[in-house]
Amino acid sequence: METVIQLSLVFDVLLGLGLLWFAWRSLSCPDLFKAIVLFISFGLLMALTWVRLNAPDIALAEAAIGAGLTGALLLAAWVRLESFDALNRHDGHGEDTETHEK
Amino acid sequence: MNHMMLYALVGVGLFTIGLYALIVHAQLLRKILAINVMGSGVFLILVTLATRHQELLPDPVPHAMVITGIVVAVSATALALALMLSLRAATGQDTLIEPSE
Amino acid sequence: MKNNEQVGKMFHMLLILLLFVMAVWLGYVVLHLRASPPGLNALVGTSLDTSGVSNPVTAVLLNFRGYDTLLEMGVLLLALLGVLSLGSASDSRETPPGLVLDFLSRLLVPVLILVSGYLLWAGAHAPGGAFQAGAVLGAAAVLLLLSGWHLGEQFSGLLLRAVLILGIGVFILAGIVLIIFSGNFLEYPQSLAGAMILMIETAAMLSIGVTLAALFQGIAPTGGQDK
Repeated sequence: METVIQLSLVFDVLLGLGLLWFAWRSLSCPDLFKAIVLFISFGLLMALTWVRLNAPDIALAEAAIGAGLTGALLLAAWVRLESFDALNRHDGHGEDTETHEK
Repeated sequence: MNHMMLYALVGVGLFTIGLYALIVHAQLLRKILAINVMGSGVFLILVTLATRHQELLPDPVPHAMVITGIVVAVSATALALALMLSLRAATGQDTLIEPSE
Repeated sequence: MKNNEQVGKMFHMLLILLLFVMAVWLGYVVLHLRASPPGLNALVGTSLDTSGVSNPVTAVLLNFRGYDTLLEMGVLLLALLGVLSLGSASDSRETPPGLVLDFLSRLLVPVLILVSGYLLWAGAHAPGGAFQAGAVLGAAAVLLLLSGWHLGEQFSGLLLRAVLILGIGVFILAGIVLIIFSGNFLEYPQSLAGAMILMIETAAMLSIGVTLAALFQGIAPTGGQDK
């Protein structure tokens, strides 16, 4: 079936381009929170790609571990980084160690 | 050569984009994101190479390796994030660059 | 000043050029890899009946390359040891969970536990397995942690340590016991293979779930943050 093959090619091309676009946007976004959220979406697109490549086990693992848990870890780390920043802004000193000007 | 091989090119592209971001960005959290993207690219190449021979039944050994790889990647990411937070708590720095310049 | 900037820009251009060349080279290599090595498809296909499960990926993970899985669980444990040994200052502020999080967590956690049990069982004949089930279990635990449950205080000490080493411990014990049966470390006799795989997968699922949740706890001490 010519049209079926054409459609699957179009789907694959779109998925591949989407992967590259999301990865590029995630890594080049100036806002860190947005970058992490884009990374989680990239993980979900990867799960779709695994299904397309006949690898449903990997799709399950990627969706749960790759996108889900890695995203949760990154967001948790980001929240703690933000709390360090907030601490620095409130006192002029931040913690009891010396501060460095960035 | 079926058209699934374009995913291998996407994998190479992801690896390159990740490597570029790893080198260029100074912030550690972005470096961790970049390493994860590079890892995803490598997994894509592995699994695409597993579908080369038979259309319907892919080779399960690269599948198992990639599942193992995903778990190892999340462990490494967790450890890297913990190290970054410790660095930030101890020195207030967000990067590995000495601020003296 | 301007000189430094120009040198920096030049290096940047050089980097982009080198990476582009590398990408083209890698793309060419990957596309033209010879398909002549036949891959392990056929080998797995013929040996699948003797492995005790009918999902080829589970057979490879737990039987044919079981040693890799054993070491992988060791890697998980090592990463957890690293994260815990780095320590973290626990935030004293704690906000009660919002309405949506509260409701959803009560709704989702039992479903997630059920789904992880199903994935473990289905891993023998359909996509699934210990890692996927353990990850879903870990996600349920993370959801509880985010909703303000003090899992870290209730579930610590000996019980936590026991569950953390349960996976790799059962795996190694099974391997040693199998030396008596078959003479080789981790070589399942065909009649027992299915049962052994299920036993090892159950222990691994519990261990992986708790390890992943503990990794999250190490990064984000004390729940109750409203993200």
